[in-house]
Amino acid sequence: MDINQYLEIFIEEAHEHLQNLNQNLLNLENNPNDSYVLNEVFRSAHTLKGMAGTMGFDAILNLTHDMENVLDAVRNGKLKVNSGILDVLFECLDFLEESINYIAVNGKESENNADILKKKLLNLINTDNVTDRVYSEHQHEEILKNFQFNQYDESIAEKAIAEGMKVYKIEIVLKKDCMLKSARAFVVFKSVEKYAEIFKSYPAAEDIEDEKFDNRFRIAIITGESKERIKKDIESISEIDDVIIEEYYISNNVQTTSLQDVAIAIEAKESNEEIEEHHTKRKVGKTVRVDINRLDNLMNLVSELIIIKTRLEDIDSDSKNQNMAEAVEYLERITTNLHDAVMKVRMVPIERVFNRFPRMVRDLSRELEKDIQLNISGEETELDRTVIDEIGDPLIHLIRNAIDHGIENKNERLKSNKNPIGNIFLRAYQDGNSVVIEVEDDGKGIDIDSIKRKAIENKVIDKSEADGLTEKEAIDLLFSPGFSTADTVSDISGRGVGLDVVKTKIESLGGTVGVETITKKGSIFVIRLPLTLAIIQALLVIIGDEKYAIPLNSIKEITSIEKDSIRNIQGQEVILYRNSVLPIIRLAEVLEVQTSNEDDKEITIVIVKKGDKNAGFIVDDLIGQQEIVIKSLGKYLSGIKNIAGATILGNGQVALIIDTNTII
Amino acid sequence: MKSSDINKQFVVFELGKEEYGIDILLVKTIEKMTNITRVPKTPSYIKGVINLRGEIVPIMDLREKLNIEKKEDNENTRIIIVHLNDMEVGLIVDSASKVIEINSDMIEAPPDSLREGEENVIYGIGKIDENVITILDVEKILTA
Repeated sequence: MDINQYLEIFIEEAHEHLQNLNQNLLNLENNPNDSYVLNEVFRSAHTLKGMAGTMGFDAILNLTHDMENVLDAVRNGKLKVNSGILDVLFECLDFLEESINYIAVNGKESENNADILKKKLLNLINTDNVTDRVYSEHQHEEILKNFQFNQYDESIAEKAIAEGMKVYKIEIVLKKDCMLKSARAFVVFKSVEKYAEIFKSYPAAEDIEDEKFDNRFRIAIITGESKERIKKDIESISEIDDVIIEEYYISNNVQTTSLQDVAIAIEAKESNEEIEEHHTKRKVGKTVRVDINRLDNLMNLVSELIIIKTRLEDIDSDSKNQNMAEAVEYLERITTNLHDAVMKVRMVPIERVFNRFPRMVRDLSRELEKDIQLNISGEETELDRTVIDEIGDPLIHLIRNAIDHGIENKNERLKSNKNPIGNIFLRAYQDGNSVVIEVEDDGKGIDIDSIKRKAIENKVIDKSEADGLTEKEAIDLLFSPGFSTADTVSDISGRGVGLDVVKTKIESLGGTVGVETITKKGSIFVIRLPLTLAIIQALLVIIGDEKYAIPLNSIKEITSIEKDSIRNIQGQEVILYRNSVLPIIRLAEVLEVQTSNEDDKEITIVIVKKGDKNAGFIVDDLIGQQEIVIKSLGKYLSGIKNIAGATILGNGQVALIIDTNTII
Repeated sequence: MKSSDINKQFVVFELGKEEYGIDILLVKTIEKMTNITRVPKTPSYIKGVINLRGEIVPIMDLREKLNIEKKEDNENTRIIIVHLNDMEVGLIVDSASKVIEINSDMIEAPPDSLREGEENVIYGIGKIDENVITILDVEKILTA
């Protein structure tokens, strides 16, 4: 399988998660005790890890894994959030960003490894009490480390030295109680600029302006003045605690280089810039992400266009103008195509999401030495774009869970007389007004007692509560935050972030997620998503003089019967159809329509199914099958029985969609 | 600024022989009469839904809601689309003519004796020159 086709999705989503992480880490900096934000950070990191694992990008996988360890320590209260930790985490994000950009351009992971970062992360966990002192030292180190000259700075410095100027690195420490740090820094800048050129500062000038520094900052200057003079000058500014100046010398091997080499260096820098430019022209730029609201707007405009077109047609039928008729006909063709195109833009087959999983299952099953077969069905089921975008993460979590917790290893399976090859079923299908996605495994099932035990251990509930739980309530515990039944933290799952992410996500999409399990037989997670805004195939029927739409997927067949064949059994009208009793429902009565076809001998029946129940709906006439967009009736009419929504027909008229489930 | 200095704008429309007004800020658009699709199992004053530029909007016959004698729909009949708390509803009125400005001083509390159906939905009585305009409370129309 060619992984490249999923690279786009990976990069898009990875960027989203990084963005998310950046934002939430910033939030965390402001509210260090906000466990919700912490959980969000954790989830994003976890998902990113999973995605990288799926794609086989090991450096990202490993780094995010280590990040998770730190976050885990924070969550357990072993570490306290401080800027030291956050700095390292931000550094990790920068590394990840770089790696992902590299992947976007080159299609593979860069050779750069994150060993330094990983060591830093490890250090964070191993330092028991991160006190303020350590933190400020750490910050000092940070400044030192970040204040290395890069090639460009060096070339500037070298040029200056060659011209007989001096280059100094100056560290300025402001007094702790300094009130307006950025203003003070500004005074320092102004004062120094009188006799020197500042060509670099850390933090960057904008950050200093925004007071995004503690109480020390560094600048690098080119000047003809002496060290002492500068020191004196800066110290004369009030609220300065300390000034440390060191002169920058060109290191030996550089010193022997000629100006020509400097020129080469500058050239190199320029070519770097070219590479950066290249970065912006990413290879994978064939998709455009569009705000779904804009699509809604587009859709509404198209509907409006169709109404106007219909009106033009009416006007046209009165006139005898040949040109006009042709123009209107052309307009009609265009609007129809436009309408189709806009509708299709929103709909994406779920295949796009499903296709990522075979590779993931293969890799994971190898890693865990389990033989697992992934069976996918219904990948052609179409879902609204919004849903497709969001459903990937929850499914990754569910499948990982199934592999890690659900399917037993070979020996266990053999012992319990099972096929040594485990099965995971991934199904999608439309069910009435929802799309159902199932993730089923034939593994060991969910152990209720183990859930309870774990929940008590993790302080989700206490012992007395656990005893009072029904089986279903116990299973629901799986979806609570911070819960995990895996005994060891593994690469695949088992940090307890999985299922509560799944639930939050699905619910945010207006859907539900449930789980059924049979011990030793396996478990099945059922996600049910609403189909609002989705396009379905429907049968348009006429009842009285009104048009209604019946979702095609709930229709079993259409037939016509003799009026006389209807029997009445205990107040219910039925017919005998294909040797079984079929209840008959007069839609005209249910929908309060006046109908005149009472005298017809032949009656058209639409046989509709709900689960394993069937019923025959009497309709007056059939119009035909059509793709329709389901629209809600709006808040004011919410909760109307028997009507699932409305749709706008090609001529601008509204037809109601029959909710067959509530009628049967 | 004293509260008495506030001028409010109202969309004025006719029901039967009387003039009514609703706060212009709650009015989205005013439409001509169009095809209404009946929705079953709704109160009789809910006429159904229309397609308003791609959106489905429920339509209420304000005359029926307020127990005012119904006129045949004609070319003056209008649907005033009001929106409030994420709800959008179209109100059928005999005609919608103008927008007026009334100083809040000139709005009096509704009289005690009101027709059935009107009692809960009147915000006040606005006076402008010699005319009297009944100002309706849209929120109560939508929730009552």
